[in-house]
Amino acid sequence: MWEYTDKVKDHFFNPRNVGDLPGADAVGEVGSIACGDALRIYLKVDDQKRIVDVRFKTFGCGSAIAAASALTEMVKGKTLDEAMQITNQQIADFLGGLPPEKMHCSVMGREALEAAVANYYGLERKHLEEEDEGRIICHCFGVTEGLIRKVVRENNLNSIEEVTNYCKAGGGCQSCHMDIEEIIHEVRQERVETPAKQPAREQRKLTNVERILKIKEILEEEIRPSLQQDGGDIELVDVEGSKVLVAMRGTCASCPSSELTIRWAVEAKLREFVAADLQVVEVKS
Amino acid sequence: MSRVVYLDNNATTRVADEVAAVMLPFYTELYGNPSSMHAFGGQVARHIAQARDQVAAILGADPTEILFVSCGSESDNMAIRGVLEANPDKRHVISTRVEHPAVLSLCNHLRKRGYEVTLLGVDGEGRLDLAELRNALRPDTAVVSVMYANNETGVVFPVEEIGQIVKAHGAAFHVDAVQAVGKLPLDLSQSTIDLLSLSGHKLHAPKGVGVLYIRKGIRLVPLIIGGHQERNRRGGTENVASIVGLGRACELARAALREENDRVRRLRDKLEDGILHSVPNVRVNGNREHRLPNTTSISFEYIEGEAILLLLDQLGICASSGSACTSGSLEPSHVLRAMGVPFTASHGSIRFSLSRYNTEAEIDYVLEHLPPLIERLRNISPFWKDYQEQLAKRS
Repeated sequence: MWEYTDKVKDHFFNPRNVGDLPGADAVGEVGSIACGDALRIYLKVDDQKRIVDVRFKTFGCGSAIAAASALTEMVKGKTLDEAMQITNQQIADFLGGLPPEKMHCSVMGREALEAAVANYYGLERKHLEEEDEGRIICHCFGVTEGLIRKVVRENNLNSIEEVTNYCKAGGGCQSCHMDIEEIIHEVRQERVETPAKQPAREQRKLTNVERILKIKEILEEEIRPSLQQDGGDIELVDVEGSKVLVAMRGTCASCPSSELTIRWAVEAKLREFVAADLQVVEVKS
Repeated sequence: MSRVVYLDNNATTRVADEVAAVMLPFYTELYGNPSSMHAFGGQVARHIAQARDQVAAILGADPTEILFVSCGSESDNMAIRGVLEANPDKRHVISTRVEHPAVLSLCNHLRKRGYEVTLLGVDGEGRLDLAELRNALRPDTAVVSVMYANNETGVVFPVEEIGQIVKAHGAAFHVDAVQAVGKLPLDLSQSTIDLLSLSGHKLHAPKGVGVLYIRKGIRLVPLIIGGHQERNRRGGTENVASIVGLGRACELARAALREENDRVRRLRDKLEDGILHSVPNVRVNGNREHRLPNTTSISFEYIEGEAILLLLDQLGICASSGSACTSGSLEPSHVLRAMGVPFTASHGSIRFSLSRYNTEAEIDYVLEHLPPLIERLRNISPFWKDYQEQLAKRS
């Protein structure tokens, strides 16, 4: 029998915010019936980008239901930006802790939230994964390298068993154990190297969604207004890893120096405010 | 604790009052060592002999063929490893994909030690294909180990048919009968079974005692080397009280066999039919004809087993689940997977296993409270709504 805290039991027996949300502004869904758990979360968001209402539906065990319920309580009233700051550990903490083998329930909550916020901005699921998005490491549970890297980094994991507890990877046929070990090793190296190189301001690596949101924000607030003054405009088309695809509009579209604008205005700003490795590429539409 | 409706008897059973009563003296005045030369210890040996007779009687075996061990797992291990060690030139083992971990994990271990292991598959109803067994048998097959009845689904294998095939090939035939003893009539004097395992706590005896039946003439190397106990086949001072308890439990089970088959089966069927009638989208896992009288494995589609168990537990109803989340592993039961039960159903499987202590009132209680609880979880499940929308579209 699992040792669930009273808070977990409370949120399982009396889940908050269960159900559908007609007219929801965003839906996020992760997991599948094959994996044994899935979470669908609906958000209603006002013009201040504040989450005014939230509902969920879960297929899963007691702690999966409790974690989803907890998450809805945590995000209600928060802006999307604030909500995105919630970590899986905070969801677990809200519940007074989860059994180690059940930590993946909190990760699922965090993932569903990301999916919903991505959905709000009209982004696709693929943006949720990090650079190595395509590579699936654990085929039994369809877990990507990106997610494994993230749970290892954010939760300071050191063993395959912990990785399995947090995201299920490695919990099936075990043929991916070597790969997981390698990822753990690489992230551990990162940990050793990071303090020297990284300035204190960046606490943790941005998730893909956070990065895309940040790029959008910088374009909206720092770049578009000045371009628009000259009758031009810029549009974010897509983000592929560190590549930011943009399309130039209005006078910018035919401007011979748009290349310079991109290099010196857009890319420089994005590198300054978002990530140093970003590369802006113009796509002609 | 308030009301408890115990429907998890394939996990363990309540020690019968009659069993506990005969055990007590061996914790108090009758504490002698049965191997001692003095009469005070020696009298204890007589009680062990009596227990051996009682166990032999329920199996249709000779008392000299009964070996007391510590549990079902030890019995399984001793049978398979004992045969392998006694036949070092034979390096092949056959078993099935739906065995209890006591056998399945041992098979994996043997593989790592250089043995070849063939695990037979089952069909959608949990039945073996005997042609597959015939093809798998080889001249160097040392032992074939097959369970009598499955602990999760209750499906009963055609053990004698299997035994005839095995014996024609000269391999030893081991049967894990942990779930069958006391529920199905056995007569090993008329059987092809060479080795049979049983566990005390599945038939209202205490935990910590089991039996390995070894047909006369079968050579086995002991697992535990020590004193001369059990005629040099298992070292270690006898667990006297539990052995005496097991003897009494076998006697009771023999007398109650008919009741187990009739009354318990009727209650099980009432529970099963009641659920099938009152809850939509449920399925029974395993062949319903060749099945233990006390077991039903029911899948509730689109919801997850641990959540069901937690809600049942709140009502004092004890059952178990083949879902991934209850085991600590991430995949649903190996038995249901071997049967090809779809994920929509395997994650939501619940096993109810009855005993002669269950009453009709208890079954009524479950039938009253289970349907709303399933509905409650389905209302939380995103897949249930998807499914119903699909249904609506179709009609």
